Amino acid sequence: MALKTWKEIENKGGLITDAGNAEEYETGSWRSHRPIIDMDRCTHCMICWVYCPDSSIQVKEGKVTGIDLAHCKGCGICAHECPRKAISMVEEASAKEGVH
Amino acid sequence: MVLQKVKGNPVALDGDRAVAEAMRQMNPDVVAAYPITPQTEIVMRFSEFVANGEVDTEFIPVESEHAAMSACIGASAAGGRVQTATAGAGLAFMWEVLWVASGTRLPIVMHLVNRSLSAPLNIHCDHSDSMGARDAGWIQLYDETVQEAYDNAIQALRIAEHPDVMLPTLHALDGFILGHGLERLELLPDDMVREFVGVYKPEHPLLDVDHPVTYGPMDLTDYFFEHKRQQAAAMEKALEIIPQIGEEYGTLTGRYYGLMEGYRLEDAEFATVALGSTAGTIKTVVDELRDQGVKAGLLKLRCFRPFPATILAKALGDKKAIAVLDRSLSFGSQCGPLFFEVVTALFTHSFNPKVVNYAYGLGGRDTVPEQIHQIYRDLIKIDSKELTGPPLRYLGLRE
Repeated sequence: MALKTWKEIENKGGLITDAGNAEEYETGSWRSHRPIIDMDRCTHCMICWVYCPDSSIQVKEGKVTGIDLAHCKGCGICAHECPRKAISMVEEASAKEGVH
Repeated sequence: MVLQKVKGNPVALDGDRAVAEAMRQMNPDVVAAYPITPQTEIVMRFSEFVANGEVDTEFIPVESEHAAMSACIGASAAGGRVQTATAGAGLAFMWEVLWVASGTRLPIVMHLVNRSLSAPLNIHCDHSDSMGARDAGWIQLYDETVQEAYDNAIQALRIAEHPDVMLPTLHALDGFILGHGLERLELLPDDMVREFVGVYKPEHPLLDVDHPVTYGPMDLTDYFFEHKRQQAAAMEKALEIIPQIGEEYGTLTGRYYGLMEGYRLEDAEFATVALGSTAGTIKTVVDELRDQGVKAGLLKLRCFRPFPATILAKALGDKKAIAVLDRSLSFGSQCGPLFFEVVTALFTHSFNPKVVNYAYGLGGRDTVPEQIHQIYRDLIKIDSKELTGPPLRYLGLRE
């Protein structure tokens, strides 16, 4: 996305007029720890989905299907809240290598 | 449209009450303010208007000035027409949020009654408070008289809300000298003020839930700088808008306002530059000197932010010697804040007259005509090279 010059910015004072644009800003690179869901333990209770501050729990037809890694900042709230201890936080470097 | 000049209603009011009257007539949606000497009477009087149902304003009696400005920011973002008033330490306590108001481009109006900053504790006038907020992105107008305090209070709203400006605007009246000094002035009829200020139509009110917007988002390395440049551009634009509104106000009232006022300046050889009520004292002295054949003149600066560098430089460039009066000190600096602006304006417009700086009136120290006479005597000696020395001098100080 090309950055605008100061003359091209229509709104004043950094005002954002298009709602819901947080999706455009990918914060996944901030993550130092990645949540890994053990699907054998998960009961799809949706507690993680409720608590995730970045709406990064992916759900399809009432079932948790994974994590939106483009936006998950790795805060670990999902792992902390999960009543089944189905989510573990793994260091990003080893998660990338698949070593966990 | 040809507007009929209004025959004003002559009254005797002190500056605080004149400002409160202007606020009543403008009828803002929200006023959030905390009382502090010498501004207290504005808040006291205005809260009476609220209690008596004479205005439709939601008055928020906050617990501090930081909260006052914060409430103003929220109310302004919500889409309201918002005003506040403060003085001295109150403005200093607002400092952090002043930048939020300007950076968010909220057209808040502030009535500032100038007061020195502690310590030692002092409640009287100097310009340390407003100069401390010099770089906070607020338009700053200065009042010479109670009439100007009233007139600038009303024009400040139109300047702030102009779509090409959208910057918070303050006008400053000298504490006690104007704030508590009784003067004759003419008030406009209520309906005339309401017509002049019109109805504020905010472009993106936060309370318009059908068109949700985000005010004050995180703004990092990619866009912050561009947004600051937009703010600077709005200030540049205000240099055009402020005299336009002053002209429109003049058509209505017969009292025309520009960015500055030259008093017997055009053919003057020796000039002073001043803000606020001291300009009135200087005018008296200029008249006396002119009677004695001294070509004295005054440049009264009405608008300090944005600084009208080009017109000021052109008005002063041909003078033999110039004295800039600063009612504040910038400790450790070579000179006061107004001096720097004037000298920079002259230098960058290729003028090189002799310019000196007088710090004066700190903590409400009286500045009397004899002291102004002394300045002009100094200027004549500086021109003839009888008097030399560092640019910063102290006026009315026991040496």
